[in-house]
Amino acid sequence: MSALDRKLWRDLWQMKSQALAIALVVMCGVGTYIMFLTTLGALRVTQDSYYRDYRFAEVFVSLKRAPQPLRQRLQDIAGVDQVETRVLAQVRVDMPAFAEPVTALMVSVSDSGRHGLNALHLSAGRLPAPERPGEVAVGKAFAQAHALQLGDRFYAILNGRRQALTLVGTALSPEFIQQMRPGSVFPDYKRYSVMWMGRRALGQAYDMHGAFNDVALSLRPGADSQYVIDSVDELLRPYGGLGAYARKDQLSHRFLSQELEQLGTLASLFPAMFMGIAAFLLNVVIGRLVAMQREQIATLKAFGYGNLAVLWHYLKMVSLIAGLGIVSGTALGVWLGQALSGIYMEFYHFPYLKFSLQPVTVMEAALASLLAAGAGTVFAVWRAASLRPAQGMRPEPPTRYRETWVEKLGLKRWLSQPTRMIIRHIQRRALKSMLTLLGIAMACGIILTGLFQRDTVSYMVNIQFGMAQREDLSLTFTEPTSYRVRFDLLGLPGVQHVEVFRAVPVRLRHGHRSYRTGIRGVEPGGDIQRLLDADLRPVALPADGLLLTDFLAKMLDLRVGDRVVVEVLEGNRPVREATVAGLVREYLGVSGYMDLAALNRFMQEGPTLSGAYLSVDSAQLQSLYARLKGMPRVAGVAERVQEIRNFNRVMQETMLFFTYVATVFAVIIAFGVIYNSARIALTERGRELASLRVLGFTRAEIAYILLGELGILTLIAIPLGLWLGEWMCYYIAHTMQNDLFRVPVVLVPQTYAFAAAVVLVSAILSGLAVRRRLDQLDLIAVLKTAE
Amino acid sequence: MGEVQVPALRGVDLDLYAGEFVVLLGPSGSGKSTLLNILGGLDTPTSGSVRYADHDLSLDDDASMTQYRRSHVGFVFQFYNLIPSLTARENVALVTEIAASPMTPEEALALVGLGQRMDHFPTQMSGGEQQRVAIARAVAKRPQVLLCDEPTGALDVQTGVMVLDVIARVNRELKTTTVVITHNAVIAAMADRVVYFGDGLVARIETNAEKKPAAGLRW
Repeated sequence: MSALDRKLWRDLWQMKSQALAIALVVMCGVGTYIMFLTTLGALRVTQDSYYRDYRFAEVFVSLKRAPQPLRQRLQDIAGVDQVETRVLAQVRVDMPAFAEPVTALMVSVSDSGRHGLNALHLSAGRLPAPERPGEVAVGKAFAQAHALQLGDRFYAILNGRRQALTLVGTALSPEFIQQMRPGSVFPDYKRYSVMWMGRRALGQAYDMHGAFNDVALSLRPGADSQYVIDSVDELLRPYGGLGAYARKDQLSHRFLSQELEQLGTLASLFPAMFMGIAAFLLNVVIGRLVAMQREQIATLKAFGYGNLAVLWHYLKMVSLIAGLGIVSGTALGVWLGQALSGIYMEFYHFPYLKFSLQPVTVMEAALASLLAAGAGTVFAVWRAASLRPAQGMRPEPPTRYRETWVEKLGLKRWLSQPTRMIIRHIQRRALKSMLTLLGIAMACGIILTGLFQRDTVSYMVNIQFGMAQREDLSLTFTEPTSYRVRFDLLGLPGVQHVEVFRAVPVRLRHGHRSYRTGIRGVEPGGDIQRLLDADLRPVALPADGLLLTDFLAKMLDLRVGDRVVVEVLEGNRPVREATVAGLVREYLGVSGYMDLAALNRFMQEGPTLSGAYLSVDSAQLQSLYARLKGMPRVAGVAERVQEIRNFNRVMQETMLFFTYVATVFAVIIAFGVIYNSARIALTERGRELASLRVLGFTRAEIAYILLGELGILTLIAIPLGLWLGEWMCYYIAHTMQNDLFRVPVVLVPQTYAFAAAVVLVSAILSGLAVRRRLDQLDLIAVLKTAE
Repeated sequence: MGEVQVPALRGVDLDLYAGEFVVLLGPSGSGKSTLLNILGGLDTPTSGSVRYADHDLSLDDDASMTQYRRSHVGFVFQFYNLIPSLTARENVALVTEIAASPMTPEEALALVGLGQRMDHFPTQMSGGEQQRVAIARAVAKRPQVLLCDEPTGALDVQTGVMVLDVIARVNRELKTTTVVITHNAVIAAMADRVVYFGDGLVARIETNAEKKPAAGLRW
């Protein structure tokens, strides 16, 4: 090993705690980057291969009833590859050990079995036999939620008849990765499931023998899906077709892709932010570290080492530090990525997960770290090496200090000599002070970005379920029903208040933009279900016209007063125009709203409704459930408390994992930066401070001079950092908004306090660590060496 | 206060000959360190020229200056400028590794009488020992020119004499042109020639008829 390399290792050992702190910062940047990208990559690859292996269909359509021979005509449409006709039915399920009503979507099992579209992945048992009416397979999550064993029996109301069912298998389907009750935003595994039954058995129960009411299609490569959709609609119009839609509008797929898209956004945003900040800090810290070696650089040059040799020496040193961070960050990132992917796999019930670490991901992270570190080094070495060695070997010339503006303001007489030293030092080295300040501020800000999602989630729950959806229970009916049902509901046990609604599936069209959603007709002046404006004040429902979620209006490029085409997707599918009468603010989903009577008029129907919201005396909830179980017309019951739980669970399981990780990383970064700033300040000013000690200053007094500066910078950095963090949160929220949910930026005071506290505590701990070293300053050595 | 330019050297005209021992004598601030730095290729004059053999140093860029220092010049500084993280042997090796035909670090350290302390770090050595390591480091490459800037400035008399003795031996045995800067007039007695320096100018040059050995010096 050359003498220079030996110097390298010894120097590294000498500054091991600083090197470690820097490596930690790199580790956090690299770790975040790799965690996000490997998770995202794993989920995308898994999704693709799951879809392919289990032949997830590409076009879907529901209809009233069509005879089986129509299948051939679907098959004949140009571009159609495979056709799967099937029977679907929304059923009520009665789980013996569970008081609340359960809803299920009963789907017929493909006759082609595992070669059909949307093939099932059996996790246990077998598929139900085609002709056995009592056999079902259920979603794995539902089976787990109810602790069902193969052979267990429960009941379902099939077409008005109560029938005993035997569990023969649990399955996963690419079509129902997320099993959500229509109208719900989040899955509820206890109260909703997809179940599979033999085609003949289900067909018989629903009078669909030799007929079907649902179709799934796959397309040939290069097929024009819009043409297929139009042809299918044309063909099925006489059979009550409800409008074919492409895979991108399929609920489970949409939920999954939105989720992945959101993760993708985070995966580009968070790591970029972390890497960017880590790189910046690395640059600053390394720069100062190298700058401190000025005299040694000059000595090396005096003995004939060229600039490149010196630069290479320091680049090696810095690469080792960064390399330590890169290696540990990669390991950490892979470990966390596996954990996070595992969580998602569990959450989405993928049959398998394809996890792999892409070398290019590691390369990107490594390159970014090395470039940042390298840039800092090159700059600092260049500065030190461009000095004439004669100049470099002398200590830096005394800085020219002058009175600061603080002193000129007349505050001077209040300031002690040490305080003046602090202020003058900050002002004289304005750039360095600014960089340190900015570094601390960024570390402070990044803590907010981790925490804000948690604040936001609880805020969204409060708004959605505290101010807008305030019902205890919501019911949906199997078919549009007359207004009279309101009085039946009021007569049920515990029901205190009833509001009814009409929900109509529609496609809204404005110019070339269109969106599939629903219009909900609600009672004006309703107290349970309220619509809120941008300031979260209840909106008065106009007697005529359509209210739209503001985000939907933006998607469709609609403004208040514009006309929008409404294609109704049920009944005889009228196409009409409506006027946008106003906008409402919603954080979850997007839809349209109308006055109930106006919607009935719009639909040219009598007083008709689809469901109701109930306020219920919680003491009587159990007997109410018992009565509802006996009402065949009630298709589903949703309890608000459960919705909140589902919402929180989804958030807990997915979003919050990495926000915790991000927070921990942010804390480490904050500490790394502040500790390094303090250590470097000590080295830079050790001589000056030791001289003061010789003059009779106490340890506490010189600690004050050194740490006072850090303290002042930290105190200024905190508000700046909170402001920066807020700005970053807005940026994240803005890039994350989509039609499933929009995240408002909500930061509670505790979050600000936490971020500030982390920075303060880091500063105090760093101060104490430096203070310990300050106490050990070698006074004699200072007097002996040059100045 | 406005900025005032103070020239360190004003019209210096000086020849140094191969193998001679020259002492540059002058008070603090007389410009002698600046002259030494220019001679060693650590600094360039704002005007005028410096020639080494047939080479004009004042025209050189950074790379050729580096090459000049690497091949021809050895430095000894008042504050030693050893690399604190390297041992005595390694500090010397730092230079021998990049020199064309150096002695081994062990030889160089033996030359300055430090054969026994080669694996000590600078902080484990006295000032005199550190300065001898610095001399070993300077001469290990067998330089044509050895430049010493107040080599005894931070040392007591006894140690200073020992260091001067080493420098004189190197000059004698390796035939290295040696320039020692000092404000200590006593040291002038061991030189071939003494250059008196004042206020950025060469005041006068004296040639010693007889050189005194370092061991005989006291101040």
